[in-house]
Amino acid sequence: MSDWVDVGALADVPVRGARVVKTSAGCVAVFRAEDDRAFAVEDRCPHKAGPLSQGIVHDRLVTCPLHNWVIDLADGKAQGADEGAVRTVPVRIEAGRILLHLASLPAQRAA
Amino acid sequence: MNDIGGTVARDNPSPQGDGVAVSPGRQRLVVIGNGMAPGRALERLFERSPDIYDVTIFNAEPRVNYDRIMLSPLLSGEKTFEEIVIHGDGWYERHGVTLHKGCKVVRIDRAARLVVGSDGRTAFYDKLIIATGSLPIVIPVPGHALAGVMTYRDVDDVHAMLLMARGRGKAVVIGGGLLGLEAAAGLTEQGMEVTVLHLMPTLMERQLDAAAGHLLRRAVEARGIRVITEANTKAILGDDKVRAVQLGDGTEIAAELVVMAVGIRPNAGLAKDAGLTVNRGIVVGADMRTSDPDIFALGECAEAHGQVFGLVAPLYEMASVVGAQLAGDAEARFNPTATATKLKVTGIDLYSAGDFADGKDREEIVLRDAAHGIYKRLVLQDNRIIGAVMYGDTSSGAWFFDLMKRGTDISDMRETLIFGPNYAGGGPADPTAAVAALADDAEICGCNGVCKGKITGAIAAQGLKTLDAVRAHTKASASCGSCTGLVEQLLRIQLGDAYNPAAMQPMCGCTDLGHDDVRRLIVAKQLKSIPELMQTLEWKSSGGCARCRPALNYYLLATWPGDYIDDSQSRFINERVHANIQKDGTYSVVPRMWGGLTSARELRAIADVVERFNIPTVKVTGGQRIDMLGVKKEDLPAVWADLNAAGMVSGHAYGKALRTVKTCVGSEWCRFGTQDSTGLGVKVEKFMWGSWTPAKVKMAVSGCPRNCAEATCKDVGVICVDSGYDIHFAGAAGLDIKGTEVLGHVATEDEAIAVIVALVQLYREQGRYLERIYKWAKRVGVETIRKQVMDDLERRRALYDRFVFAQTFAQHDPWAERARGKDAHEFAPLSDLTRLEAAE
Ligand code: SRM
Ligand SMILES: Cc1cc2nc3c(=O)[nH]c(=O)nc-3n(C[C@H](O)[C@H](O)[C@H](O)COP(=O)(O)OP(=O)(O)OC[C@H]3O[C@@H](n4cnc5c(N)ncnc54)[C@H](O)[C@@H]3O)c2cc1C
Ligand code: SF4
Ligand code: FES
Repeated sequence: MSDWVDVGALADVPVRGARVVKTSAGCVAVFRAEDDRAFAVEDRCPHKAGPLSQGIVHDRLVTCPLHNWVIDLADGKAQGADEGAVRTVPVRIEAGRILLHLASLPAQRAA
Repeated sequence: MNDIGGTVARDNPSPQGDGVAVSPGRQRLVVIGNGMAPGRALERLFERSPDIYDVTIFNAEPRVNYDRIMLSPLLSGEKTFEEIVIHGDGWYERHGVTLHKGCKVVRIDRAARLVVGSDGRTAFYDKLIIATGSLPIVIPVPGHALAGVMTYRDVDDVHAMLLMARGRGKAVVIGGGLLGLEAAAGLTEQGMEVTVLHLMPTLMERQLDAAAGHLLRRAVEARGIRVITEANTKAILGDDKVRAVQLGDGTEIAAELVVMAVGIRPNAGLAKDAGLTVNRGIVVGADMRTSDPDIFALGECAEAHGQVFGLVAPLYEMASVVGAQLAGDAEARFNPTATATKLKVTGIDLYSAGDFADGKDREEIVLRDAAHGIYKRLVLQDNRIIGAVMYGDTSSGAWFFDLMKRGTDISDMRETLIFGPNYAGGGPADPTAAVAALADDAEICGCNGVCKGKITGAIAAQGLKTLDAVRAHTKASASCGSCTGLVEQLLRIQLGDAYNPAAMQPMCGCTDLGHDDVRRLIVAKQLKSIPELMQTLEWKSSGGCARCRPALNYYLLATWPGDYIDDSQSRFINERVHANIQKDGTYSVVPRMWGGLTSARELRAIADVVERFNIPTVKVTGGQRIDMLGVKKEDLPAVWADLNAAGMVSGHAYGKALRTVKTCVGSEWCRFGTQDSTGLGVKVEKFMWGSWTPAKVKMAVSGCPRNCAEATCKDVGVICVDSGYDIHFAGAAGLDIKGTEVLGHVATEDEAIAVIVALVQLYREQGRYLERIYKWAKRVGVETIRKQVMDDLERRRALYDRFVFAQTFAQHDPWAERARGKDAHEFAPLSDLTRLEAAE
């Protein structure tokens, strides 16, 4: 298996929205920004593991639905006074398909 | 923290006390009391070392930390509780602090290093802070325990006073000090007829000399408050509640409310019982440690250098020392400095600082300007200012106080000193000169210890333009607010004409426009989508933020019903998927039960759904319906399809929308019911469900004034009476508790519905996003609202029609739409690689 995995079409992710990809290493949230840039991060907020895929997406940021931390999708870092970072996953768009570099995720997390 | 989940597993169940997860390697810090002093100490601690302690706070008051200094503005109605909160719930959450609200500590077991709460909760400590504040003194005259006699110390006292003030009757305040006068002014503001009884010959004699005391008395009386000095309270009269206060000379003063504001004493009993050294207060050294080095005491309960303190500035200095000591700085020391007092009664300018008693080695400089009602007095010793009293014109107060604290030799400026720093030989005084003359390290905000340089620096460096911005960045004037004028002058000096004090609050960082401006511009410029709006109104961010987007979506939806296409990506997740997200990422499902009614068929369908989808928790909510919690997102459409099949629709428990209409059984069953309250509730709910509102809307209908449906704490409530329906609104029972206002009385059910609908529509058109009805009513005025929906029948009709029109687009069950496949992408993963891998 190549390191880049096809997880679906960009068109299937709403603009300024996100979808979830389930992997054996946990869920990954794939985001589509206003300008069609794509980002992927682990779907676990650094604060209390909130599902970032359910947040409001603005510019290249997402606001966590649980307690409103704002995460920069490009580097995974929490903004403002909050401290913490979520692991990012490299993404590529090819011919309208979203490719994730899942090998960069740590192997199987214990449930 | 490197654990991505942010929660730390604990496999070593060593005794921690109840409900407190302790992280390995951290010490346990327990705080007794959650007042202003410990709140500040924790801030100082977290600034230095956020991760040394797991903190648990016990607070006898059932709430978060708030600004006690601001109780008087709360009483007079100038502020709301939210405006005086210092640390909201989020702060505790962010700092991992466990706060036991409403739990009084009854015992400290120093041997076991354990504290025990009134409800049996316990917590072990490595370090303990006692910050139990003061107890108001109650003079033990006969009748002091009658209903209607209160003290003035916390939010509950204010609520109790406000409740009494509703009757607009008579009140007596015993004590003409700072607290007593503020209470008297607040109660007068609330419509009561107030008499202040003061034992001494002049008011506020501890802070003011006799001359200033007289000027103050005149100003207090001019507000309609009666003042009796040298008044010795002999008894409080009444059978079960207060009727009058009797003075030593036999005079009786009628009153249904008596407020005792005669002083405080440190609340040190708990410490004493634990065997700590206690004198007047809990004795601490300059390092703020008690006789037990692991136990700190701070705030009004502590006694340091043989003194106890009753003003915030020195308490905050104590707090800095405690924060530093806890962070490991063993050198930190508390040295009290002079304090200044300002009376917080709007329209009365009074300032006093230091010591102003007469003495043979003391001289004084006095300025009296009877025509302008100005009095200033400086007390000097060895050419240094040691006391200052000012009445009428307090603009030089900060300058004098600064000279006093520095011990500046004033011989050179003695001739003109009393005129303040702006004396320039008779020219008109420039009000900003006094502030301009201050040195950069002069303290402006005593409560928070903020100096002038820090404020001007922040204004320049961060481009601050408003008072609120300065408060947010520097904390200056964010506590008692008495230095607000000084901070505003600094803004004026720095910004010149660019400073506009009336500037409103922008919606968020993405724009300079306020909510009301945006709503007006949406109509004026015919803005019909979020991108168009952001373009036209020059939004500063690309794509807005999580604060403005949901607000804009609502404003557009409410302004252009049927025209605007809802932007689901601008909705908070709950409204986007029509269920409430839970802490573990699952959802809860609450179907409507119209007016709280249900049936065997509905209950059976709920039971079946619960079993079929293995839903872990089923709960009766506080809103008279059933909540199924822990539903997996993927299952939501199927759960809804089953509920729909039994006739149930979304309860909008997740929405800024109509939530529930609670009802009681009413005339159909109840022996006291006057009207069909259940029926009216069901009609209202069926009429109004599905409409989006600025914040959630909860209603209730009670069949008689016994009010079993609790209608008088709802956004809209109806109390049925024999002659018809009393319509109430603007109540609250969440973060704030507020009884409703009466909107009016109507004779028929149809009129009741018409009024309720018009009221909600007016709110939909005027409310700011997330502003509940009670806050909106407070902002625009109950009377203005009453005029539009009760008195002006044409207006009522127009509002009603607009609501009905909007409903034609809103009343589609969102669950049914999704069960049929709408937004399917929301409920399924983009792809599931786990299945793929399993297959490989
Ligand atoms: C389920 C329920 C508690 C229960 O088990 O009984 C509940 C649950 C929540 N309430 Fe509530 N409230 C519930 C009745 C109440 C009541 C009582 C009532 O309605 O009679 C109140 C006080 C009345 C009031 O609103 O004035 C209440 C005052 C709040 C508040 C404070 C609102 C305020 O402005 O003061 C919040 C926070 C907020 O909205 O920002 C809140 C927020 C919440 C949230 C939405 C928290 C959140 O953001 O996740 C909870 C969602 C849980 C869920 O997923 O279902 N809930 N909440 C009740 C649902 C009633 C229903 O059938 O719809
Ligand atoms: C109406 C009013 C106006 C004021 N105006 C000013 C002003 O203008 N300027 C100024 O500087 N100061 C002012 N003050 C004084 C100032 O508010 C206090 O000095 C300050 O709040 C004291 O802080 P603290 O933390 O020591 O105690 P508090 O704020 O009194 O907090 C003590 C807390 O501990 C809780 N508690 C007590 N015992 C226990 C227990 N056993 N277990 C758990 N919890 C317990 C209490 O319920 C309370 O919440 C004013 C005070 C009042 C009441
Ligand atoms: S249900 Fe309401 S009161 Fe209970 S924890 Fe949630 S928000 Fe707080
Ligand atoms: S879990 Fe994301 S902000 Fe709390």
